[in-house]
Amino acid sequence: MRVFSDMWTYLSAGANWSGSDGIAALLGQQLLLTVTALLMAMVVGLPIALWLGHLGRGGFLAINISNVGRAIPTFALLALLVVAPWPGAAQLGPYGRAGLATLIALTLFALPPIITNSYVAMREVAPEVREAARGMGMTGWQQFWRVELPLGLPLVVSGLRLALVQVWATATIAALVAGPGLGQIITDGFFRSNYGKGIAGALVVAAVALVLELLAAFTQRAVDSTRRSTPSGGHTDALSVTGSTVDEHAETVG
Amino acid sequence: MTLLGVADDPSCYSQLVNDWICPAYVSDRQQEIVDATIQHIGITVVSVVLGLLIAFPLALAARRLPRLESTILAATTGIYTVPSLALFPLLVPFTGLTATTVVIGLALYALTILVRSLLEGLRSVPDEVRESATGLGYGRGQLLLKVELPLALPVMMAGLRVATVSTVALTTVGSLVAYGGLGNLIKDGVLTDFRAELFTASLLCVLLAFVLDGLLVLAQRVMTPWTRGARA
Repeated sequence: MRVFSDMWTYLSAGANWSGSDGIAALLGQQLLLTVTALLMAMVVGLPIALWLGHLGRGGFLAINISNVGRAIPTFALLALLVVAPWPGAAQLGPYGRAGLATLIALTLFALPPIITNSYVAMREVAPEVREAARGMGMTGWQQFWRVELPLGLPLVVSGLRLALVQVWATATIAALVAGPGLGQIITDGFFRSNYGKGIAGALVVAAVALVLELLAAFTQRAVDSTRRSTPSGGHTDALSVTGSTVDEHAETVG
Repeated sequence: MTLLGVADDPSCYSQLVNDWICPAYVSDRQQEIVDATIQHIGITVVSVVLGLLIAFPLALAARRLPRLESTILAATTGIYTVPSLALFPLLVPFTGLTATTVVIGLALYALTILVRSLLEGLRSVPDEVRESATGLGYGRGQLLLKVELPLALPVMMAGLRVATVSTVALTTVGSLVAYGGLGNLIKDGVLTDFRAELFTASLLCVLLAFVLDGLLVLAQRVMTPWTRGARA
């Protein structure tokens, strides 16, 4: 198992962590990409999905966007964006080479879980509760803010958590099209037959992914505990097998 | 003469034209495309089947022992969290730069989805049905095979469809170790700025996902004739 000693040598050398293309800089870059893309997807996706869910319209679209998103390989979309005349592989500030193409791809792949889960979260609010709210004289806006959103929040957050996992994975794959991020260490190691380096990069990527997932799980648990009174975790939605399923029990991690 | 001919009418995939959509590319490189597609289908099918074979006993064990269930679900979620581009390299020390690396990685992802949907499917069987079957003298094995599994089939098939479609997409990442099916063509397309190759391979990938999904829908209809009767 010489690769393991190579890997250890790579990881334990301080020089590999510092510098503009060191592990630390690339890690920072990938975190920046992830946060930016997630925020962009939230800004675009949350209002649309929550409002459609509130109105009960566009369900076919909101649910099928996840199915379509799954069928499109992240690698293929990244490749198409990088080779196309726009956005291409141009440098974008701190986001690095092919920064814009990567950000667009990350945002697009973050949208399906956010939209589907938020829509379902709104639709799953019990009709009786909705009726009661209307009976109390709440306006549509009040119903949404005071009833539907608080009740649906855990599912919305689980969609964000799925999106986070997806964005981190896609940001890693960006390196396959010579894009930014930690994936560069992996692809560089493999393309130069320096497998120790490639595996070292993979280890860092996997470790950060697990840390992010744990942080998201704690956030979700905090949100969940605010409404312990209602039975949660039941698989009542027909969707639970698509995408959101992956997350239903994920709070057991750790 | 031939050189002149090329200059007069460059094919749509020459460096000068570099069209995205190019039928000449598809017919000229047919063999390459077919080979990549076959590799893609092979890797996808073997991975999903392997995932299913592992998921079955895990789901049954998890159902029997609730304490095991949370461990299994936590472990599979953990695996699912690791990006594919990082998972494959982590397997390389054990399986080398082979198709096995890709298959095991993809099977692990499929497993995560399948275990959940199997558990969910089995849980969807109404307790009354289970009790009636036991009352009729069904043993545990018979109950599972003749009552629970058929009734759980719709939910399990939904999981299988999700697993299959995402495996088709993820197979492309296998190009890191040169076993990515159509992903190999995508990778080459990026490296050589070859638009027709890149576009054709991407399109085939998406088509493949939809075709396999459609086949599973058909299979489910054949396997659950009673659901059609109920709907009519």
